[in-house]
Amino acid sequence: MSARSDVLIVGASAAGLATAESLRRRGFTGTVRLVGEEPHPPYDRPPLSKQVLLGTWDAGRTVLRPPADLACQGIEVLPGRRAVAVDTGRREVTLADGTRLGYGDLVLATGLTPRRLPAFEGVAGVHTLRTLDDVRRLRAALAAARRLAVIGAGVLGCEIAATGRALGLEVTVIDPAPVPMADRLGAGTGLRLAALHREHGVRLLTGTKAEAPVTAGGRVTAVVTSQGPVPADAVVIAVGSLPATDWLRGSGLPLDDGIVCDARCRAADHVYAAGDVARWWHPGQGRTVRLENRSNAAEQALAVADNILGADRAYTPVPYFWTDQHGVRVQIFGDPAAGDHLRVTEGDPDSGPFTAVAEAGGRPVGVIGWNSPRGARRARHLLTDA
Amino acid sequence: MVLRVEIDEPRCVAAGHCVTAAPEVFDQRDSDGVVVLLDAAPPAGERERVREAALLCPAAAILLHERDGA
Ligand SMILES: Cc1cc2nc3c(=O)[nH]c(=O)nc-3n(C[C@H](O)[C@H](O)[C@H](O)COP(=O)(O)OP(=O)(O)OC[C@H]3O[C@@H](n4cnc5c(N)ncnc54)[C@H](O)[C@@H]3O)c2cc1C
Ligand code: SF4
Repeated sequence: MSARSDVLIVGASAAGLATAESLRRRGFTGTVRLVGEEPHPPYDRPPLSKQVLLGTWDAGRTVLRPPADLACQGIEVLPGRRAVAVDTGRREVTLADGTRLGYGDLVLATGLTPRRLPAFEGVAGVHTLRTLDDVRRLRAALAAARRLAVIGAGVLGCEIAATGRALGLEVTVIDPAPVPMADRLGAGTGLRLAALHREHGVRLLTGTKAEAPVTAGGRVTAVVTSQGPVPADAVVIAVGSLPATDWLRGSGLPLDDGIVCDARCRAADHVYAAGDVARWWHPGQGRTVRLENRSNAAEQALAVADNILGADRAYTPVPYFWTDQHGVRVQIFGDPAAGDHLRVTEGDPDSGPFTAVAEAGGRPVGVIGWNSPRGARRARHLLTDA
Repeated sequence: MVLRVEIDEPRCVAAGHCVTAAPEVFDQRDSDGVVVLLDAAPPAGERERVREAALLCPAAAILLHERDGA
């Protein structure tokens, strides 16, 4: 196999873009091509459920890098093109229009697609939120709605609920779990978050299962739940996402809730994965890990770029994510879980900003900042020193 | 090579990755954690860390202008 200096990246969003840019920053002079299914230039998703849905940012502000800037760096973007197959033997990717693109190294950064609920399929007024086009539709729907039902009290569902309240809607959140976001925040902070939502007038139906829509003329009018019907003229389903790997079936690449990679983020010879879609071997944790957050998309992309350039570097990040709800910014370093003990290191969780360390078996596993960005960042070292 | 750093402040989500990557060049405001630029024209020894910070910023709030010259 000859050495080839062209990198093809499938998925033109946070992780794909960061891979392309860090290859260039590290002096890579070969061809860099970025193939993306969406018609837009690479844009940022976190503002979609916040500023864009609220209307304080127009969609254009989410653009991560103006096309001219990418051209300047010699990064070729092919928007509106969907990859449908990979042949790792011939080192070729086939696009939906039949085009075949060869590669020296391939980076898969196709992210996630929202999980759907079959009972709600095809019903007008029912939405998911992942893309810029989704947020346009949802914004229009909320402008005409009075009552919003959000199915799922994870990060995305909670953010949409908070934005819905800021838009003046009546909002109900439905989730079978007892505490919102407990898997990401730990139970203690999850309860604080539940209180915050209730203080802001969100009706939080925990321990409740959403079963089916009630419709009139094909449009949703309510959601049937295990606690009775919830009237709604708009519904958002936010029950998690699945790695966008359908198109890789039959490629021979290892798939198991993500593209399975080694510690170098490598799925096969000359094939790497980065961002939400990548499941890689974490040497520190002795298991495979997949992260769904914005920082990982950038950080993992850097590791992939380094490894393409021969660094042979294991990827062992300190996970990080943030969320904004009802004017509170919650920041999480590490990996707190529902059963962890919460040790408050600054502030008071009952009244205002605080920083806390989540401990499991006496060891720090997570740092939580509640409107306390400097405190959280300062405590981060507890996780790396552990 | 000259490196000039610019911050798109309203984009900043106070993640603090920039401060971890390049503490000589970035700090965070006490009140809301928004980035404070300590040095808009960092010296040669800091530049690699600053480029790393710009790549790691999860909000693309750090803009770099690189130009040839002294
Ligand atoms: C509404 C919303 C709010 C969020 N808020 C936060 C937050 O506050 N904090 C945080 O840390 N994280 C947040 N996230 C998560 C963060 O946005 C993701 O972790 C990040 O976008 C992952 O980047 P990625 O490049 O891996 O994947 P994605 O951003 O999903 O990009 C994948 C791209 O690949 C394209 N693609 C897929 N299949 C193909 C194909 N076959 N061919 C070509 N192209 C394809 C897709 O169209 C998409 O553009 C949020 C996500 C969403 C949706
Ligand atoms: S890394 Fe980016 S978002 Fe985070 S504090 Fe620095 S500039 Fe702001």
